[in-house]
Amino acid sequence: MTLVEAVILTVITAATPLLIAAIGELVVERSGVLNLGVEGMMAVGAACAFAGAVTLDSTFGGFVAGAAAGMALSLVFALAVLGVAANQVASGLALTILGLGLAGVIGAPFVGARRDPIMQLQVPGLTDIPLIGRALFGQDPIVYLSFALVLAVFWFLFRTRRGLTLRAIGEDHASAHALGLPVIRMRLLAILFGGACAGLAGAYLSLVYTRFWSPGMTGGRGWIALALVVFAAWRPGRALAGAYLFGLASVLQLHAQAGAIRLPSQLLSALPYLVTIVALVILAARDRRATGAPASLGIPFVPDR
Amino acid sequence: MRVELVRRASPPALARALAPIAALAVALGLGAIFIWLLGRSPAAAFDVYIRSQLTDGWALTELAVKATPLVLIAIGLSFCFRASLWNIGAEGQLIVGAVVASWLALSGLGSSPWLLPAILVLGAIGGAAYALIPAILRVRFGVSEILTSLMLVYVAELLLDYLVRGPWRDPRGFNFPQTRLFTDAAMLPTFGDGGRLHLGVFLALVAVAVAWLVMSRTLFGYRLRVTGDAPRAARFAGFRPTATTLTVFAISGAMAGLAGIVEVTGQIHQLKPSISPGYGFTAIIVAFLGRLHPVGILAAGLVLALTFIGGEAAQIALKLPFDVTRAFQGLLLFCVLAADALVTYRVRVVSTAGKLA
Repeated sequence: MTLVEAVILTVITAATPLLIAAIGELVVERSGVLNLGVEGMMAVGAACAFAGAVTLDSTFGGFVAGAAAGMALSLVFALAVLGVAANQVASGLALTILGLGLAGVIGAPFVGARRDPIMQLQVPGLTDIPLIGRALFGQDPIVYLSFALVLAVFWFLFRTRRGLTLRAIGEDHASAHALGLPVIRMRLLAILFGGACAGLAGAYLSLVYTRFWSPGMTGGRGWIALALVVFAAWRPGRALAGAYLFGLASVLQLHAQAGAIRLPSQLLSALPYLVTIVALVILAARDRRATGAPASLGIPFVPDR
Repeated sequence: MRVELVRRASPPALARALAPIAALAVALGLGAIFIWLLGRSPAAAFDVYIRSQLTDGWALTELAVKATPLVLIAIGLSFCFRASLWNIGAEGQLIVGAVVASWLALSGLGSSPWLLPAILVLGAIGGAAYALIPAILRVRFGVSEILTSLMLVYVAELLLDYLVRGPWRDPRGFNFPQTRLFTDAAMLPTFGDGGRLHLGVFLALVAVAVAWLVMSRTLFGYRLRVTGDAPRAARFAGFRPTATTLTVFAISGAMAGLAGIVEVTGQIHQLKPSISPGYGFTAIIVAFLGRLHPVGILAAGLVLALTFIGGEAAQIALKLPFDVTRAFQGLLLFCVLAADALVTYRVRVVSTAGKLA
């Protein structure tokens, strides 16, 4: 395996959880809800997935457990912001704090355990093509699922009637409600979808990326996924590009750390966060007005009958 | 059947005051269920987490010491949150304030009586400067302050880690990642026996009093309340949002930085890779539980400080991981936000059976 091939493969592994979490949050924000709790849902997803996989001795079961856990946690958030119109930013922070705590409690008994590598696609002939064979035809099912998710979300948002409804609700919930569109129900479904995606992304971290569980293993990836949604201007295709660019940057940082570059390791570790800030600034400076944010994003909705 | 929210014309003042207490009661109930689900006795947990902490002199001192950074930071955050600005990076501002001020403390500059005040002021300046980064990015480029302030927490943690493992490491510290101990002149004076109660506790009380004066007795405080409650009215009145944004971020950063250097000069007396168990994040809960009011924040700071010392005691006595405490803190914030919303809105159950016919 050449170095280039190794880099491509690690970029895919680094980008996949970011992509899945970002695509879920993208749908949530398109419906006009800002859920800042991605980090917490990811952490719980990672812990429950690992606990589930070890207990059931099934990686598939682990992924299901992770997605279900993320979804369950997002339901708590939905109860607060949809049920009683609580402040969305603060509720998202509460979800993060709650999620990180719960993840620690759930994961603690499984510290030290390891999982076997996940099954990967094997197509005779195609997988053995040099350089791109394994990248295209030798990945695990979740990588293909993440691409399918991008396509499905794009199709749903821009090619279906329900997608149009969801976007209309995100742009102007008062008008949408006046037209008789089900604002609360669509937002609830969007939040649950976002929770399942965040949980799945966390599951990928503990079951594929590291194959063990450790406290704080999400390491801010949930926040980076949130930034990716802004970076992507709320478009699924751009989220895909953003996640892979970001994956590339973080892998190059790892190689720089291992290689000859004489910089403090902490500076290299800080790069993903600094790069994210710079990316947000460049994006905002380029087109100050048309960033593509849904107009009702983050505003509590209370129907006046 | 469907549930509707109806905005109350004027929320009863009593409900407003009691909402945080009701939220705390609900959170404690849910916490008891959580403890029971973990297979422990809620009664024993209550004893360890709360009763034994409030009946022990040593623990009460510890309560005041732990509440100090929480109250200092939350007082600062209340200025931001009142203006509907989301500085969630207080943890990073705490670290940078402590780092900047420790530079002076470690510089070996004599024992002038001005050294300690200078260190504290430098801590506040460091925190304020760090908080101004997301504030400037917001007013200049329109970047959301939420994500940038949070990202800078990770950067600050790595900066501290670099300094204590690299250039600032104590050469005679047996390779431990920590700086030299501060000199006596760079430590906060302590009171009482045990020497745990330090001057920072009184600084927190002063901060509460000053914040109360500013909020209720100055034009700035009034402007802030209007900006938060009625942004449109504030614009018509000619209040400049740019100046307000920069000011409240500077205030909250300064308070967080002060909290950081108070922790270091009052308790730790040196820099280590970790100087805060997440005070900057917990302070967000303190600010909301205290209803963004200085006196409320003082009370809320004591409540959250109790979760910290109770959580530490439960780790030892009940072998319950500290993450149980974190989960409880998140749960508490949910309950507080829901209670706030329930004061603002009335929940009405509407029967739709008639309409369908």
